[in-house]
Amino acid sequence: MIRKAPHLLAIAALVSFCRLTRAQSGANFQPPKTQIAHQIYDLHFFVQAICVGICVVIFAVLLYAIARFRKSSRRTAMQFTGYKPVEIAWVIVPVLILLVIAIPATHAVFAMKDTSNSDITVKITGYQWQWRYDYLQEDIGFYSALSTPRAQIENREAKEENYLLEVDHPLVVPVGKKIRILVTANDVIHSWFVPAFGVKQDAIPGFIRDAWFRVDEPGVYRGQCAELCGKEHGFMPIVVNAVSEREFSAWIADQHAAKQIAAQGADAAGAKTYSLEELKSGGEKIYTHNCIACHQPNGQGLPPAFPALANGKTATGPVAGTIHIVMNGSSKNPAMAAWKGQLSDLELASVITFVRNSFGNSAGDLVEPKDIATARQNP
Amino acid sequence: MNTIQEMAVSPVDEPVEERRGIMRWLTSTNHKEIGTLYLIFSFAMFLVGGSMALCIRAELFRPGLQFLRPELFNQLTTMHGLIMVFGAVMPAFVGFANWQLPMMIGASDMAFPRLNNFGFWLLPPAAILLMGSFFAPGGATAAGWTLYAPLSVQMGPGMDMAIFAIHLLGISSIVGAINIATTILHRRAPGMTLMKMPMFVWTWLVTAFLLVAVMPVFASAVTMLLTDRHFGTHFFNAAGGGDPVLFQHIFWFFGHPEVYILILPAFGIISEVIPTFSRKPLFGYRSMVLATCAIGVLAFLVWGHHMFTVGFGVGPELFFMYATMLVAVPTGVKLFNWIGTMWQGSLTFEAPMLFAVGFILVFLVGGVTGVVLAVAAVDVQLQDTYYVVAHFHYTMVAGSLFSLFAATYFWLPKWTGRMYDETLARWHFGLSIVFFNMTFFVMFFLGLAGMPRRIPDYPLQFADFNMIASIGAAGFGFSQLLFLYVVVKCVRRGTQASGRVWEGAVGLEWTLPSPAPKHSFEIPPVIK
Repeated sequence: MIRKAPHLLAIAALVSFCRLTRAQSGANFQPPKTQIAHQIYDLHFFVQAICVGICVVIFAVLLYAIARFRKSSRRTAMQFTGYKPVEIAWVIVPVLILLVIAIPATHAVFAMKDTSNSDITVKITGYQWQWRYDYLQEDIGFYSALSTPRAQIENREAKEENYLLEVDHPLVVPVGKKIRILVTANDVIHSWFVPAFGVKQDAIPGFIRDAWFRVDEPGVYRGQCAELCGKEHGFMPIVVNAVSEREFSAWIADQHAAKQIAAQGADAAGAKTYSLEELKSGGEKIYTHNCIACHQPNGQGLPPAFPALANGKTATGPVAGTIHIVMNGSSKNPAMAAWKGQLSDLELASVITFVRNSFGNSAGDLVEPKDIATARQNP
Repeated sequence: MNTIQEMAVSPVDEPVEERRGIMRWLTSTNHKEIGTLYLIFSFAMFLVGGSMALCIRAELFRPGLQFLRPELFNQLTTMHGLIMVFGAVMPAFVGFANWQLPMMIGASDMAFPRLNNFGFWLLPPAAILLMGSFFAPGGATAAGWTLYAPLSVQMGPGMDMAIFAIHLLGISSIVGAINIATTILHRRAPGMTLMKMPMFVWTWLVTAFLLVAVMPVFASAVTMLLTDRHFGTHFFNAAGGGDPVLFQHIFWFFGHPEVYILILPAFGIISEVIPTFSRKPLFGYRSMVLATCAIGVLAFLVWGHHMFTVGFGVGPELFFMYATMLVAVPTGVKLFNWIGTMWQGSLTFEAPMLFAVGFILVFLVGGVTGVVLAVAAVDVQLQDTYYVVAHFHYTMVAGSLFSLFAATYFWLPKWTGRMYDETLARWHFGLSIVFFNMTFFVMFFLGLAGMPRRIPDYPLQFADFNMIASIGAAGFGFSQLLFLYVVVKCVRRGTQASGRVWEGAVGLEWTLPSPAPKHSFEIPPVIK
């Protein structure tokens, strides 16, 4: 029994390895949901099987040599320095194995790169630290940011099932349609990665790269940014809602309706005059959502990359300067983004008013939506 | 006639009064003393970089943010990489080169002893700059050891300190490499032709050429970064006509040969250790030399496999995939030759041999996962996930680091004249290999399941494997203190070692007494 123990152990290890590498276990690729992901899944299984085979053979030979050719069994070493046939064989055999791998691997690359004949095109833009999705044929666009509460991240609340994998506005796509994505970034390099789709495309500022996917079945699919993009890199997930074509059309209609209401709201907001309290309380929400990661809850920032707003030079200086830097970003510090595209007039006015009248700052003045509208017209 | 007489009485031959204390080490031009300096420096850096890794693993022990803010976490991952690559592994191999190359080729010293001293003393200021950058406003650079633009352009002054540190380290590596290549090519004992050189010497010759070729490339990349940051250039800024991906091309044109710089001397060490403890000459010496040169050439043709997700067209994607897969062939030849060397030998398993066999076992895992990653379509799933982290730690830790341990146990008795404690050294091996695999094998699973690297917090489905990895990391880290103890114990009060030390030892260094005298082979030996 004791002599058999190593064999039993080896079998147990092999079985548990096979169980671990099943899709559901969390130790293998996530279940593939697109044609490319299936292709990658099968290709990986094939290559991994070959590699495990090679490892098993080499380990066996090595262990045999270790067990057999020991000095303690009174062996004297044979003094040979080479043997041509084996030396040639172990060049040719690996080359042949590599050729066997290369053929399906080449097919997969061609399939992956074929972005032609797509049905829907979505432009994806990476920001520090959220995503923006623009449906180019529909003139719809929105931002998508982490919705996991800070309290869960800082261990003050219990973590829920989709911890760090949930967003406020997921990307919505119809199943069965070829979606072409145009990926770019606004500040630094990000990477749009959804494992179940077999898609990972770096988002490079100033350049547009494309990739594609066609989702087989409805569901919610989750991924994360895969390229280090600064301190909140671990906190900008991707969520894709794959729905039936009918639901997708309904969703598009909803988006158009919502957009119209928002536009009317913005017109009304532009005409209205708000009080300091209204602007500050609205601004605090915007601040918590967009600014807090860098400038911190207490406005102290993390100098020098992320300067303090409390008693800050720009935040307490002339109001035009504050409006300018929030709308257009900083020309000196690339970490400060331009917010005029991401926030509405009311939102910008609120957050600027909030910053100028919080953290011990007491400018006392308030910025109204119409001031922002004026600034937009005269940059 | 005159010149020859003058040379004969040149002051170099006169005995110089030995300097004492700190001045001895500051001004030493002796290859053995400088080798010691390199090794002590690199071990200190190894402990520093290792402590950073332990902080990282402590934060990743459970989901949620416990100890480190994300920005500090990113600084630690960045500096862990920079310090381990440039502060620990590279200087350690240069230390072994300094100690061993002259003794292995029958030279009295390195070709340029003063340059040798200069090369070493550039390292401490570089280390101070790197460590000091933690105290700069905004902390150390947090852009990853790859320093990708434009993220690295955003960083605070810690980034500039890292850039200057890299320049110093680069100059040090270049002068070291020139010195090593010149020593190997011009200081060999009469009769030692290139094809009679020990494998460690061969691998270092190829490594030296790689270093001279790529360190200036890296220096230019970080200099462009510096001018982008401060002098208004736009090399990596699309808005000014530059390209962020250009940085990656330049970086990896340096970076891929760099990883072979970190592994070729390891191959050399293993090729010395295995024949000694098999009591047999190396199997397939000529093919070993060819394989080393082939790896050196392929090193320059595969950088694009680090960039499969930047959006290449089909052409470059396929080219880099095929070229990368080819690397498996010469690497496989080496591995098979080591097993061929053991075949029908007379094996014993002292600590150097244990680490060498351990190296083969775990490096094989690193190698075959390299083939998986070479397949471009599969790499798209695995790029920037923990699979890659596991893969390169299997090659860099289980590869380079294990070879360094093998080399230390192998040559330390020759250097100190004392034997290390075999039992403790075997414990060091056992603990290292168990905890290493515990730490990094589960990372393959994490990567397959899609966990991105360089994140301070992670979704709940990754929790179990991260906990296992963190426990393994703690075990692996603290096991290395045992190594320190074994080495100190050996130096202080080890038992007397014989000149040949190992029964199967062949090569010039073993013809010297133990400890090797400060000046060896002043009259070159003649090789038949």
